[in-house]
Amino acid sequence: MALRVTDLKVHYRTRRGEVKALDGVTFSVADGEIMGLAGESGSGKSTLGKSLIRLDSRMRHVGGTVELDGTVVPVTDKRRMNAFRFHKISIIPQYSMSALNPTRKIGRMVGELLASRGVRLETAELERRLELVGLSAEVLGRYPIELSGGMKQRVVMVVSTLLNPSLLIADEVTSALDVSTQKAVARTLLGLRDGGLVGSMIVVTHDISLVYQIADTIMVMYGGRLAEKAPADAVATSPRHPYTRALISSLPEAGVRHADKRLQGIPGSPPALLDPPPGCRFRDRCPLAFERCAEQPPFAEVAPDHFVACWKAM
Amino acid sequence: MRRYFGRKLLIYGLTFFVAVTINWSIPRFMPGDPVQSMLSRANISQPEAVEAMRVHYTNLFGLDLPLWKQYLNFWGALLKGDLGISIWLFPTPVTDVIVRAVPYTLALLIPAILLSWVAGNRFGAFAARRTWLDNTVLPVGYVLTATPYMWLAILLAWALGIVAGIFPVAGAYSFAMEPSWSPAFLASLAQHWFLPFASLFLVAFGGWAIGMRNMIIYELEADYVHYLEALGASRRLVRRYAFRNAILPQITGLALQLGVLVAGALVTEIVFSYPGLGHLILQAIQNQDFFLLQGTFLFVVIGVLIANFVIDIVYVLVDPRTRTGMGGAA
Repeated sequence: MALRVTDLKVHYRTRRGEVKALDGVTFSVADGEIMGLAGESGSGKSTLGKSLIRLDSRMRHVGGTVELDGTVVPVTDKRRMNAFRFHKISIIPQYSMSALNPTRKIGRMVGELLASRGVRLETAELERRLELVGLSAEVLGRYPIELSGGMKQRVVMVVSTLLNPSLLIADEVTSALDVSTQKAVARTLLGLRDGGLVGSMIVVTHDISLVYQIADTIMVMYGGRLAEKAPADAVATSPRHPYTRALISSLPEAGVRHADKRLQGIPGSPPALLDPPPGCRFRDRCPLAFERCAEQPPFAEVAPDHFVACWKAM
Repeated sequence: MRRYFGRKLLIYGLTFFVAVTINWSIPRFMPGDPVQSMLSRANISQPEAVEAMRVHYTNLFGLDLPLWKQYLNFWGALLKGDLGISIWLFPTPVTDVIVRAVPYTLALLIPAILLSWVAGNRFGAFAARRTWLDNTVLPVGYVLTATPYMWLAILLAWALGIVAGIFPVAGAYSFAMEPSWSPAFLASLAQHWFLPFASLFLVAFGGWAIGMRNMIIYELEADYVHYLEALGASRRLVRRYAFRNAILPQITGLALQLGVLVAGALVTEIVFSYPGLGHLILQAIQNQDFFLLQGTFLFVVIGVLIANFVIDIVYVLVDPRTRTGMGGAA
């Protein structure tokens, strides 16, 4: 097991109280596994991705542990965490377009970043990796504003994976791109894993259809908790959690004319996480809800490698 | 690049022309008659003599010509480097009067502007995100920027000059001395220089420190900083990048502040009777000295334009984003 997360709880401090964005998640990611992490806005998927590398000033670690390759990751200890960042755990942030310092040439910035981590810049290796994502070495002599959005995205991908991390978190990397570039980025992610440059990968996304194309497993989050985790095919063909089912049936289908058939959404909206109701958090929107749902369902293995948190699925 | 600077130079040329024209016209629209005041200073009682002198002076200063002719003559003389003759210090040429005053103003302004800018930015960057400094020293900065120059100058003169008796409060050097390069004279010069300098420095320092603190806090929340932090970059590198990016608006601010600082120098020089350009402006206005007023303003205009041009060049050097605006010539 490359990554093992146990009962991780991360809350946001606000003036009105704690927002329970991540409320006890337990899962693991195998060596070389690409796990898609899907869910609506506010489901806690980005919070989960960020907590594995850097808690920002508003985030508070409430409980739970993270283990990577058998060692405990000190998520709350800013200083000791630095040893893991970049070397072991890396991130391609949601904001790749603005992740590069606008007043430094890219090559120089990478050199300075590496120097501050005590690593020597191997220009030949850097150029080889740029080539892998279809960029020429010339971009190193340019400023970020001189690149297109897609090029910046690829530069960030190369920089983030330069030290061959065992875990890469790709946070909404395709959200700001057009469809053809999305596909190229997805392929690049796959290439990073297959080329052995990255161990495992967590691909955070709200686009379950895109992540299905590259992920080995898909984990679905709802309201700060896990709803379902299973091999990608199982999630696509036989989802067990009513939320996953609703999510998949709300996708447009190839060959269906939507003039004839209206696309179904999921009625209702996700719960407020400031003071969430007890029991299953999907209860209020769930077509299958019954009395027992007032009790929180466990995240149980219902079939090999297929975990679901629903009383009806057991 | 050449086109960019060509265009800039054209704009500066136009600004210069308009500013000089305004400088020329303002004294002429002031109430009062300079020749009349010169005559009354001469204290002559014979009406014929007064009339003869009036004709002589009016002719000498070219004030009998129609305005448009005076204006053209003014440009003609200006291009030859002739700014006319001072009325207040008749018959000294205006150029001489100004050349005598310029070193004092520059010695006051350049250190005050540059040191306050550098020190204020450093200090503001240092104070940002350090709670105890933020809570103790920055309020002092707010008080300093909000203080009018002359009030602070008077306060300093009173506290350090009159009450404590450490510094003299008037003149550029001791009245008992003749200008020379002797150590005693230089010491006296430095002693007289300190208070006017300090008042200019302090007011500007507070403003820069506050501006920089706010800019740094903003930069430290930028995406590129979050990315560097996620990759575990050292605090030093992050702060260096943030400082470098936060300084850009401060450079623009410096260009905008120059005019204000010149005005501040004027007031400060008056408070401390410091014999710089500001002092000359006051004397020129009080004595209806058209030519001296024109000449001093001309120097101020040239100074501000040169400083702005230098800042334009600096900006191009430090911010790559301005370079792409010049037609892709990076």
